[in-house]
Amino acid sequence: MDFELMLRVYPFFLKAALVTIELSVLTALLGLACGALGAAARLSRLSALRWIGAAYVSLIRGTPALIQLFLLYFGGPQIGIQLDAFSAGVIGLGVNIGAYMTETIRGAIVAVDKGQTEAARTLGLSRWQAMRKVVIPQAARLMVRPLGVNINALIKGTALVAPISVIELTYTAQRYIGSTYKPFEMFMISGALYMVIIYVTGHGVAWLDRRVRIA
Amino acid sequence: MGLDFTVVPKFMDVILLGALWTIAITIAAATLSFFGGIMFAVIALYAPLPVRLPFRFFAWLFMGTPLLLQLFLIYFGLVQIGIDLPAFVAGVIGLGLHFAVYNSELIQASILAVDKGQTEAARTLGLSRMQALRKVVIPQAVRDVVPPIGNNMIALLKDSALVSVIGVSELTLSAQLAIGRTYRPFEFYVVAAVFYYIINLCMEAGLRRIERRTQASR
Amino acid sequence: MTDQKPFVDIRNAQKSYGSLEVLKDISLQVQRGQIVAIIGPSGSGKSTLLRAINDLDPLTGGEVWLEDMQINRKLPHRQYEAHINQVRQDIGMVFQHFNLFPHLSVRGNITLAPRLLKHLSEAEANALAEEQLEKVGMLDRIDYFPSRLSGGQKQRVAIARALAMKPKVMLFDEATSALDPELVDEVNQVMKKLAEEHMTMIIVTHEMGFAESVCDRVLFMDQGVVVEEGPPEVIFRDPQNERTRNFLRKHLEGSNR
Repeated sequence: MDFELMLRVYPFFLKAALVTIELSVLTALLGLACGALGAAARLSRLSALRWIGAAYVSLIRGTPALIQLFLLYFGGPQIGIQLDAFSAGVIGLGVNIGAYMTETIRGAIVAVDKGQTEAARTLGLSRWQAMRKVVIPQAARLMVRPLGVNINALIKGTALVAPISVIELTYTAQRYIGSTYKPFEMFMISGALYMVIIYVTGHGVAWLDRRVRIA
Repeated sequence: MGLDFTVVPKFMDVILLGALWTIAITIAAATLSFFGGIMFAVIALYAPLPVRLPFRFFAWLFMGTPLLLQLFLIYFGLVQIGIDLPAFVAGVIGLGLHFAVYNSELIQASILAVDKGQTEAARTLGLSRMQALRKVVIPQAVRDVVPPIGNNMIALLKDSALVSVIGVSELTLSAQLAIGRTYRPFEFYVVAAVFYYIINLCMEAGLRRIERRTQASR
Repeated sequence: MTDQKPFVDIRNAQKSYGSLEVLKDISLQVQRGQIVAIIGPSGSGKSTLLRAINDLDPLTGGEVWLEDMQINRKLPHRQYEAHINQVRQDIGMVFQHFNLFPHLSVRGNITLAPRLLKHLSEAEANALAEEQLEKVGMLDRIDYFPSRLSGGQKQRVAIARALAMKPKVMLFDEATSALDPELVDEVNQVMKKLAEEHMTMIIVTHEMGFAESVCDRVLFMDQGVVVEEGPPEVIFRDPQNERTRNFLRKHLEGSNR
């Protein structure tokens, strides 16, 4: 391994890692919002909303994220959506992971025992009050861990913006492989940085999971 | 510049050929990832320490890094050490190894969950450790993970779009080819998405059938 | 008593799932302060009938009245929701599996609905919780979480939670069926105490001894119909119907008494 070269180029990778982190955070936030809305739609009393929610999940999960991203970034201008690569990345990946999070959140909500809703409704709580005060607090504990899995996938998924030239970790690795012909070294630097991001996030999720379990 | 899907039929043969390549690469990589997953699981659990430790390290690295990055490593790495593989083969190897690592995690857990009594019974009959593993433990372990492996294979289909980046002329690259000629990205990415969606539906239906059959054989 | 208007009035209740009829034209009148037990084999429809009273399992036909209010009247969805949420505040219900809220303390379980729906202050709600917990003998566990309580204790808290809404009638859906035998009595004691305070109660139960000692009236249901009803001494000592006799004989053999 060419350590000298690795020492020379790693600052560029560090800078790129910050972009990957920024992308991950924004994508996760948008994904959570889409997931919450999607789950609400899928559990709605109105069949039209349920149908929209199901179509969202099915279409997004049934096609590659890369195609969705390309459709948004390259095809968007044809229907009047003009986005820079970074924004297209956040929106495309956020809407994508949101479909997976929809199923995670919905799964956690339906996993809460039906008796809980019944008990709350019996006391006179409305559907929404029972949801807010009884079901969601319990579902929140169930969804931390699986949402962590979604977020782990999302961090690795941010690499998909490399082909549309967002200068993040994978794009940087690709560029330096091209200019140095040292694929293994470049893989190790960027891989290590991905591992750090994933490791820290994983610990954050585990910490949150422990906290909600104790409370 | 509005939408105009009338340009699509002229490129239908290109797109269809791309779809066939996507199916081919998915089947090839899925097969590699299945048998590779079993092999990796056995190595990760039973190989001697000097093999097992570095192996586990790389498995861990592959689980924590993006597939796209791994594809770059394999494609350019092989070239660097003098092996110039066709893009298709490099794509199959990259996809197959990536998912083999994920499958291996599932199979390892499943092997450990197979009743210890099963190995003991086989050993009592005179089977060697390897024979017991091959004939008794692994068939049971694999059957138990058919549904989650199936989910991995569906993920593999969608991730096969990534090999377009290293120049495999599958569905995504075919769409890009048509776009290069027509400057109509929206139309052709929608068409590509429709094809992926249909292949995905067929795969899901097929997996449900396989699941039913393996469940029935319990 | 007999010429008094019924307090809870179920008229020609019918319930079917597709072609399966679970309740076949059942009527039941309960006077204020009366305690009615519903017994019968599993699948007889007794829980379905109970759950129809507060519309957890809506009837497909028939009417349910509480005093002058029809509980299951036909209204547009939004109005119906407002109506049923109001009505349910007057009908306490206790479940077989307690259904305590695991994310809330005993105090939180009891104060949730009064604070949310009756807009009690924190102090008022706390006083109410203490009062109800005192009644069921659980005051010392007010800050425990449900996971740290025994089944019997959970059920007593569930009763206190229902009582905190000051209901006009209490429904018990096999309240002791999920309990270990040695924990049944503490719950029965609480229910007896309520009976002595003349709470109107409708009780679905497998505890024949308890039904006999506490209830004013017993209904035996089988396959969606009321086979026989009457005062407990008649139903348990001198049942007139063959099916009632069979059920009681099997039940007594089964419970080894």
